Amino acid sequence: MHSYKARITVTLRPSILDPQGKAAHRALTNLGFSTVQEVRVGKVVEMVLHEPSLEAARAAAEAACQKLLANPVMEDYAVTVRRVPEIAAAS
Amino acid sequence: MHNTSQSQELVVSEALALEHGLTAEEYGWIYEHLGRTPTWTELGIYSVMWSEHCSYKNSISVLKTLPRDGEVMLVGAGDENAGLVDIGDGLAVAFKIESHNHPSAVEPYQGAATGVGGIHRDIFTMGARPVCALNSLRFGPLTSPRVRYLFDGVVRGIGDYGNSFGVPTVGGEVYFDPAYEGNPLVNAMSVGLVKVGRTSSATAASVGNTIFIVGSATGRDGIHGATFASEELSEESEARRPSVQVGDPFTEKLLLEATLEAIRAGVVAGIQDMGAAGLTCSSCEMSAKAGVGMHLNLDLVPVREPRMSAYEMMLSESQERMLISCAPGREADLGAIFGKWELHAVAIGHVTGSGRVTVEHQGRMVADVEAEHLVLGGGAPVYKREARRPAYLDAVRAAPIPPDVEPGQVAGSLRALLAAPNIASKRWVYEQYDTMVRTGTAQGPGTGDAALVRLKGSRKALAVTTDCNGRYVYLDPRRGGQIAVAEAARNVVCSGARPLAITNCLNFGNPYKPEVFWTFKEAVAGMGEACRALGTPVTGGNVSFYNENPEGAVFPTPTIGMLGLVDDLDAHGTGAAFVATGDLVVLLTPGAWAWCTSVAALGGSEYLATVHGMTAGSAPHLDLREEVAVQAALLRLIRAGLVRSAHDVSDGGMAVCLAEKAIFSGGHLGARVDVSAPATCRLDALLFAEAQSRIIFTTESRAWPAVEAALSGMGVRAQVIGRVWEGAFEIAVAGETVIKEAVPNLQAIYDHAIAKTLGIPSAAD
Repeated sequence: MHSYKARITVTLRPSILDPQGKAAHRALTNLGFSTVQEVRVGKVVEMVLHEPSLEAARAAAEAACQKLLANPVMEDYAVTVRRVPEIAAAS
Repeated sequence: MHNTSQSQELVVSEALALEHGLTAEEYGWIYEHLGRTPTWTELGIYSVMWSEHCSYKNSISVLKTLPRDGEVMLVGAGDENAGLVDIGDGLAVAFKIESHNHPSAVEPYQGAATGVGGIHRDIFTMGARPVCALNSLRFGPLTSPRVRYLFDGVVRGIGDYGNSFGVPTVGGEVYFDPAYEGNPLVNAMSVGLVKVGRTSSATAASVGNTIFIVGSATGRDGIHGATFASEELSEESEARRPSVQVGDPFTEKLLLEATLEAIRAGVVAGIQDMGAAGLTCSSCEMSAKAGVGMHLNLDLVPVREPRMSAYEMMLSESQERMLISCAPGREADLGAIFGKWELHAVAIGHVTGSGRVTVEHQGRMVADVEAEHLVLGGGAPVYKREARRPAYLDAVRAAPIPPDVEPGQVAGSLRALLAAPNIASKRWVYEQYDTMVRTGTAQGPGTGDAALVRLKGSRKALAVTTDCNGRYVYLDPRRGGQIAVAEAARNVVCSGARPLAITNCLNFGNPYKPEVFWTFKEAVAGMGEACRALGTPVTGGNVSFYNENPEGAVFPTPTIGMLGLVDDLDAHGTGAAFVATGDLVVLLTPGAWAWCTSVAALGGSEYLATVHGMTAGSAPHLDLREEVAVQAALLRLIRAGLVRSAHDVSDGGMAVCLAEKAIFSGGHLGARVDVSAPATCRLDALLFAEAQSRIIFTTESRAWPAVEAALSGMGVRAQVIGRVWEGAFEIAVAGETVIKEAVPNLQAIYDHAIAKTLGIPSAAD
């Protein structure tokens, strides 16, 4: 078993309204950032997994996105996984 | 889905029309009417305008049988976005209930949130300011993880949208039954106030007027939401996910203020909100209503995304938008008002005398259709569907009722009922709602039969409730429909109000199935009978068909939203909770009602469902003449100042009714009751049956002679069955005690059952 770090980016699908992004855009415009054309707000999730292989770690991260971390009805997600130095499994 | 960006138009064929949910016959009529193949945009327009959601094509012939006239009605049912009822003092109430079932099944949070947003827009597009909201929700059993996900998402969606928008959610109902698994029902109701004569109308008004689109920019949200609502849910609809609309309550709040200001300023000649089928539905209906036409230039529509096609813009269901026909010469004022609220107000067209809706995009005419041909009451098809009595009715009525409960098991049955999610406190739900914002809420959720909302500056209050027991309607559609109306009126009366009018949301399965259509016809007939008997006309509402999933149709569920008026809130406003030790506990029933009800009286009861796992028998007893007499009697007593609390006997029967009156008191007041029934009575039927037209009220001892005098000749029977008692809850039958509980114990069961089922520790644990 090895430690892998998954970095997951969750964003709203392109056609979905983003009220939070809209509010941020308006606030930026009011602050004088006149060149900002569009703002979309998403989230980044990082997690460390204990898995036998990179593929297994990727599969586990994907499953976590499908089930919990992203809402596949409205959101897209992207997963990158890399091996990291061993972290002892939580007791 | 055809929401790819394009300038390329799809070639229209009969196959594409079928894919849009039109029938081959309907496509033929369109072809014949136009005298040519429709463009892709026109096909989109026809498909949404002729969907059940917009055209009521399968239901209108039945809906027309409902009583829709009354002296309090200011607009005809279905003529405007919501019903409008005169409540005196120069004020009117606009109110309506609408479904958002299918969107909520796919994306519960946004589905429910946009349902709330949509119904509020229906109210303020009439010039009325929403003052309260209610919700009628139905889900499968909470034991299913998917149901818990839907339940949680729907409740959060309603709470977040309503709370942010700043309108209190003051009441509603939540039911759970396997029949709703996979197809939850989310019915949202809004109630608004407007001065008589200050309302606006959903009309294009006069030729030459400029047409504005106001509010949010248009995106690819919910394209084909209306046709989506008009088909059954399937694996495929799961894949049609891009149609999710996202609500933005803060923009809706701005739209509310801007709209009301514009109407007040007299710059609005006509206005309609963009709900299902967005720009299509609003432009066609406003045109048809005024007998005029409209020319729209889609290049002017503010869009959120580049390269949107005409088809997409006409069908987009982006939220928080309105279409306005501007009063001549006031265009700049309209722009200034919406600009002040940081909203778009863009002129996209004008009213024409042609009677046609013409749409231009990128220099081409993409649609040219006759408005009248698209709408209900005009060229939209009207069908009389085949109806056949379903075979299941005989089976459920023939099911043997289990033997009577043993006296030693009665208390256990009561505890089981108080923990049943259908009866248990819905505090986990309503504690997520702001029930007090605007400070008009005199009686919110969980303490009375109807919510009471103060009319500021007067002694009056509105009483509002939603009601429907789908199980009753399933077992006997006609009587179930009657009971939905009768119980809603009874709840309003128990709170001290006179019932005025109803709105309804008719949730049924696929109308092309003759058995489903039969239940629809019967239920509507029952509702109509009850509305006539109670003098409460139907002001409008919404039909939601195709509430099915692979396991079958939902229970037929005609949700009733009832509006009542309390003349003097301080004097007549009545709660359900026991008020003071020593008060008499009185059972008010029809005059002919006897203790011993037949075995059949357990039919449709929550007791059979919870304790015996059965949905069986027929709907409980209801006689509309009896119901009218009982309601009139209670209202007379309340107005005479003789009633301290009132609660109708409904789900769980008399025992649950009494327990709730104790629990609502905060747990310190109980009752000692002796039901002096003959020994031949079935104990379970006596305590848990749900025969209608029964109310338990309390009155001061010294008021009893006045109560008897007031009820003389009213055709009702009032029996003192016990007294309010500190802390203890005891029910005896003919002298033998069958229930003896401490009220705080009952309260703990009742209050925490739902949170416990969800695995959420409640604050009290």
